[in-house]
Amino acid sequence: MLEVRGVHKTFYAGTPNEVRSLQGVTLSIAEGSFVIVIGTNGCGKSTLLNAVSGTFLVDAGTIRLDGHDITRWPEYKRAPMIGRVFQNPFSGTSPNLTIAENLALASRRGHRRGLGSIRSDKLMAEMRERVSRLNMGLETRLDDPIGTLSGGQRQALTLMMATWVKPKLLLLDEHTAALDPKSADQVIRLSEEEISRARLTSLMVTHSMQQAVNLGDRLIMMHRGRVLHDFEGAEKRRLRAADLLARFEEVRRADRLDESAAEMLRRVYV
Amino acid sequence: MSLLIGAATIGFILSLLALGVFLSYRIFVFPDITAEGSITLGAGTAAILLVNGVNPWAATAAGWAAGMVAGALTGIIHTRFGVNGLLSGILVMTALYSINLHIMGKSNVPLLSGENFTTYAERLGRSVFGGETVNVAGWEVAARDLSTLIVAGLFVAFIAIVLFAFLRTDLGTAMRATGDNDQMIRASGVNHGNMIVLGLSISNGLVALSGALLAQYQGFADVQMGIGMLVWGLASVIIGEALVGTRQLGYVITGAVMGSVLFRLLVAVALRWGVNPNDLKLITAFFVFVALVLPGLLEKTRQRKRKPVHA
Ligand SMILES: Nc1ncnc2c1ncn2[C@@H]1O[C@H](COP(=O)(O)OP(=O)(O)OP(=O)(O)O)[C@@H](O)[C@H]1O
Ligand SMILES: [Mg+2]
Repeated sequence: MLEVRGVHKTFYAGTPNEVRSLQGVTLSIAEGSFVIVIGTNGCGKSTLLNAVSGTFLVDAGTIRLDGHDITRWPEYKRAPMIGRVFQNPFSGTSPNLTIAENLALASRRGHRRGLGSIRSDKLMAEMRERVSRLNMGLETRLDDPIGTLSGGQRQALTLMMATWVKPKLLLLDEHTAALDPKSADQVIRLSEEEISRARLTSLMVTHSMQQAVNLGDRLIMMHRGRVLHDFEGAEKRRLRAADLLARFEEVRRADRLDESAAEMLRRVYV
Repeated sequence: MSLLIGAATIGFILSLLALGVFLSYRIFVFPDITAEGSITLGAGTAAILLVNGVNPWAATAAGWAAGMVAGALTGIIHTRFGVNGLLSGILVMTALYSINLHIMGKSNVPLLSGENFTTYAERLGRSVFGGETVNVAGWEVAARDLSTLIVAGLFVAFIAIVLFAFLRTDLGTAMRATGDNDQMIRASGVNHGNMIVLGLSISNGLVALSGALLAQYQGFADVQMGIGMLVWGLASVIIGEALVGTRQLGYVITGAVMGSVLFRLLVAVALRWGVNPNDLKLITAFFVFVALVLPGLLEKTRQRKRKPVHA
């Protein structure tokens, strides 16, 4: 379904602030699989998701989704195939628009925007039905601006918007990191339900070891803009939080070695 | 009384400017100074066509269309070429100054004779009221002044309703979301650059329409008439928001129209009191400055009060 090959992305190339965020990521994801992405801060997880959804164009490599080479496609053109939930609960919804208007926009993801009315009775009924399933009491507040809701409520709605039209690929980037534990649990549960119900091909970034071992059927660990480990099938099922922490420790030690080696070279040669 | 009626009429006509500014500044958070060029563009285009005997409806529509093109140009310079928004507006406004002079052929085009909107409205007034003057709550007012006011008010109400309806369609909702959260709107598959181009085009169309009507009301188009218009429109929008006290779409649109009329009445009264006309723009700019800064300041002092002493 998703085919990422040799993708490179460098920000501020050629300046002292140069950041090599992606240094040759290759990754192939089969239809219907639910992939967890972990890695230390700044290793390029969000950059990878942004590259796939087209927030920017990559410097090298190719990205294929559902048989299309989307490497040069602008973001809005990829959007019909991709559902996204961001880390920041403010990113996924339009605060001054009502819940109904936000959902209505999402229900027409990938359609041409015309002069038709956005709120048909049928759509409103479906909204009420779907929103009431969240058990957040929002079905009576469909005409309230979405900006008046809590982060957890907004994130649950963003998830609903991302999956209203079934996406070829669902991208979740630490989408519960900014929520209180209770809301985070709720949003994770909703995500899991929706992914298994609609058999969504998904990529989910998380820093929670618990989520990483409990969810998904595949786990990749990134480091310094590359995929370092890739666990699938039985291997993924056997993984425990302790194993992952051990991998992180390994990485940290290797980094320190690198640093001390660099320090030594600097002392000797500079 | 006839002074106030005149002021209110101008207020209605300029509320189209306020609606245009509302669209660019409040919906897209885009301070679009193109407005100062497009109001003159609308006025000049309509005036020169009227002088050449074109039908007033066609002349007005042509002014409106010219404004739409100007707005689209600013949008394209901004979104396709990545030029800063304010600068894109300044570029088009500056270019429009020359273009307006070319269109008008000279810096001032008077509309002394011939048919136009105002003569339509006046004729309508005479036939409806059946006399030269009407008695309004004890005041003798000229029938033609009153009918012009009513026609302007009805016309603006019609445009405001169309704008309201448009902003609630699928396209219009996407447009509102673009200014609110462009990341979200791209993620729902909308080309947000196109939304900005279209939005600025509609905005400047309204502004130019306002100019076209203003020229017909005051009887001339002048190449300098756009100066300060953006801030005047903004003042109307801000007054309107204060009047309705909510950010709900329908109320804000109504507010912008009311704000524009109230603003013109205030100006008329101020001038009557002997305020120097030369100071009007200074006072307006200061008013808008205060209105922009005050909410932030109030919020800050409120927060300071809330903070415990030994935090
Ligand atoms: N749009 C951007 N402009 C400049 N630098 C960027 C941009 N996006 C990412 N980076 C840089 O790329 C590197 C990788 O960032 P990225 O956000 O992908 O990390 P991450 O793995 O998601 O980390 P975290 O776990 O903290 O979210 C960082 O050094 C970051 O500063
Ligand atoms: Mg990240």
